[in-house]
Amino acid sequence: MTGEYEVVIGLEIHCELKTKTKIFCSCPTDFGAEPNTQCCPVCMGLPGALPVLNRLIVEYAVKAGLATNCTIASRSKQDRKNYFYPDLPKAYQISQYDLPLCEHGYLNIETGSGAKRIGITRIHIEEDAGKLVHDDRLGTLVDMNRCGVPLIEIVTEPDLRSAEEVRAFLQKLRAILIYTGVSDCKMNKGEFRCDVNLSVRKKGESTLGVRTEIKNLNSFSFIISAIEYESKRQIDMLESGDPVIQETRRFDPATGKTYSMRTKENADDYRYFPDPDLAPIEVTGDMLRDWRASIPKLPDERKAEYVSQYGITAYDAEMIVSRIEVADLFERCAALTTHTKIVANLIITEVFRLLENDDAEVPFSPEQIASLAEMLGTGRINTGTAKQVLKEIAGTELDPETIVKERGLEQVSDIALLEKVVQEVLEENPKPANDYRSGKTAAIQALIGKAMAKTNGRGNAVIIGQLLKKQLS
Amino acid sequence: MSEITTLAITELAELLRAKELSSAEITKAYLDEIKAKDGIIGAYISVFEEAALLKAEEIDKMRASGVDMPVLSGIPAGIKDNICTKGMKTTCASKMLDGFAPPYDATVIEKLKQLDAIVLGKLNMDEFAMGSTSENSYYRPVRNPRCVDSVPGGSSGGSAAAVAANEAAYALGSDTGGSIRQPAAFCGVVGMKPTYGTVSRYGLVAFASSLDQIGPITKNVRDNALVLNAIAGHDPRDTTSVNRHFGDFTSGLEEGVRGLKIALPREFFADGVSSEVKAGILAAASAFEELGAGIIEVSLSTLEYALPAYYVISSAEASSNLARFDGIRYGHRAVNSDSIEELYINSRSEGFGSEVKRRIMLGTFALSAGYYDAYYKKALQVRTLVAGEFNAIFEKCDLILSPVAPTPAYKIGEKVSDPLEMYMGDAFTVPVNIAGLPALSLPCAKTTEGLPIGMQLIAKPFDEALLYRAGYAFEQTHPIRFDIDRRCVSHDRGI
Repeated sequence: MTGEYEVVIGLEIHCELKTKTKIFCSCPTDFGAEPNTQCCPVCMGLPGALPVLNRLIVEYAVKAGLATNCTIASRSKQDRKNYFYPDLPKAYQISQYDLPLCEHGYLNIETGSGAKRIGITRIHIEEDAGKLVHDDRLGTLVDMNRCGVPLIEIVTEPDLRSAEEVRAFLQKLRAILIYTGVSDCKMNKGEFRCDVNLSVRKKGESTLGVRTEIKNLNSFSFIISAIEYESKRQIDMLESGDPVIQETRRFDPATGKTYSMRTKENADDYRYFPDPDLAPIEVTGDMLRDWRASIPKLPDERKAEYVSQYGITAYDAEMIVSRIEVADLFERCAALTTHTKIVANLIITEVFRLLENDDAEVPFSPEQIASLAEMLGTGRINTGTAKQVLKEIAGTELDPETIVKERGLEQVSDIALLEKVVQEVLEENPKPANDYRSGKTAAIQALIGKAMAKTNGRGNAVIIGQLLKKQLS
Repeated sequence: MSEITTLAITELAELLRAKELSSAEITKAYLDEIKAKDGIIGAYISVFEEAALLKAEEIDKMRASGVDMPVLSGIPAGIKDNICTKGMKTTCASKMLDGFAPPYDATVIEKLKQLDAIVLGKLNMDEFAMGSTSENSYYRPVRNPRCVDSVPGGSSGGSAAAVAANEAAYALGSDTGGSIRQPAAFCGVVGMKPTYGTVSRYGLVAFASSLDQIGPITKNVRDNALVLNAIAGHDPRDTTSVNRHFGDFTSGLEEGVRGLKIALPREFFADGVSSEVKAGILAAASAFEELGAGIIEVSLSTLEYALPAYYVISSAEASSNLARFDGIRYGHRAVNSDSIEELYINSRSEGFGSEVKRRIMLGTFALSAGYYDAYYKKALQVRTLVAGEFNAIFEKCDLILSPVAPTPAYKIGEKVSDPLEMYMGDAFTVPVNIAGLPALSLPCAKTTEGLPIGMQLIAKPFDEALLYRAGYAFEQTHPIRFDIDRRCVSHDRGI
């Protein structure tokens, strides 16, 4: 049934820029300070206080735009978005409405089903609001440290068709923003969060279905779960003949479901108008030139290099460049060993496993990975040993080579010794041996496993396999 | 009453320099005037008696020790109550901010303090500067010192009344659509609305950000230029303040008007302008002619559109600027609200007066989806047209002369129930704000009842010195004396 439907997704991403001070005053943006210790009359919106735009915000936002192939407006403006909420001290948010800094960009993504271009509608600058803290004894309190923290909002075209594409896009975008140096994008600190606009339609239809917006998702797993749940919910509704209602929904990680927050009828009229306290923003050709020149190599460029110089696949390269610290690790390893494909494999199968959390740091030095790749490439150790050593050295400065030497973990490739092992295995395990002879070739894996166990995992699996086949044929 | 308080800033400064008077004596004299008259006049919301006297004594000591003091030092000023004073109540004459003391000084207050000026207190006004009579004060209406049955004008009615009644040597007001010039005209004192961007708005509680300017209200033209010297200048905390060198506004003051071209736009003399006002302005035009200026007639055809555009723009900005008064962090908070929405609604319903609510509703409507293009956007287009027409006129002349208001001061309560009629009274002052120009309001005649009539001189952006030059030339050759209504002195009422 789901197969007949197509899911259409557009994203709005809020990303915190990593300037030291806020967007309209000189208060620090440090995370985790005591409540209301990082604010002043300006960010608290006291009567008479006025905003003055931090020029670095424009530079960072424009760099984000350049890195995502956007057109940069030579003249843009800031607008007030008016609404009442206790965490918004001026009762309006300074944002950009009809003249954003950046427009008409795109990113290319790579998924299991190939390459695809995702359109970026616009990128604009705005200020963050404060935080409400609910206290059982004191009631609801307001912490204004976040008020005026600089954000960019990135809006995509409705070009995404699956949770997998969304993940690929967000990883790519996040990588680019980090590469460019405009944000740390730490999701656990709320520096990179996402609203998902989602609708479904019958495959082949050209008009869009009624969409819902799922607000403020701050982890990849929540985003994926929310998309999966919401797609199914909408398809189920259509199947049962109920119309989807245009509304804002929230995702509850505890239940994995989305819940209605407010419908379109109750939506605010934000009464946007140009903020008369702020002058238009001018971006000159000179600024653009300087800023463009300061953007480092981006993921796509690095990816192309990896494919052409190191012979790794586009898919693997895409994965490696998705995290700048991983890409840096890969490049530094590549300078230390010629076994770059092995480095890539180690990184993709083993290093990423330890980086489940997007804010985690790589627990290995390039020397450690390169040394393992070198030993693997020259046959000194086998893959199983490499995995075991990796586990041991994670987060330490231990040298893999020393560990291998001291503990005698070198791979056993001695034919005579292995022939003896193979002989024993065949005698002790007649059933898989017979299975293999009768055509169940997969049975050889069990025999290899037994032989490996007899060598404490150090046997050369390739040689063992060859010897077994010889004996069994 | 003491003679001291009738003196101009320049005269007081001279007496201080000559050590014939102390700042403490001057401050005391003003405090006595306030005690004697303000029970009737109602110019002040707060009087900082102790702080003012302490400051005066401190300044006297500095002067005694031989320190060379700037011209405004030791001279007492009144400040409109929408300008933030650190730790001192700043109420905007609203219940919403009754008791609110900001934790910082406005830039203009910092500047005055650096010059050792003395802040006597905070002046009454129309709530949040919305009004033309100073009747819209949460505390009490201001009365016109020339005739206590009349309004002093507004919204800086307290500022103009305080100067006219000798309750302050000078005052700061704010002008969004005429709020300095019209009360100056009604009270017979001198008021300047500087070019937008001349004086920092940092710390001025915003009414309409793109129109608001702080300016001086003084007894005479020279004093006005001196005070503007003190408060003008670029402020990095206000993006809309202009980064340029503002010269000495008193320079060239005595150069006269010979050879200047002064334009009279015919639309400012249409029906609805009282005959006494018309006569007063035409007499002023003749006076300028006698002083050697050329008078030409011009047309400002967009005048009739300026007023509606002004009310759309100013109300739209106000609806957003005043949204922060929500009862959450400071200001009036309603009790017994069951939800956050109710807290907002109740706090704002109780905290704002009816004129403020009217403007907020007008502005909210003008910015609403579906109406924005027809109102706000259209008003911005009118604004461009008006500014363009002024530019064109200034290619033919140096100054524009017009009435400040169509009538002299009217009776208290006379127009309070007819907002539209009241808004019409701003027709001649709002185009100046719409175009961001400087304009000087100074007395030019007297009605048969003895009430002041004010003229408005408008100049090109940043041509304040020329306005002062022309105003000074007129003032020197055509001095007008207005009496203070004896009924304002009450012996049994004090502060």
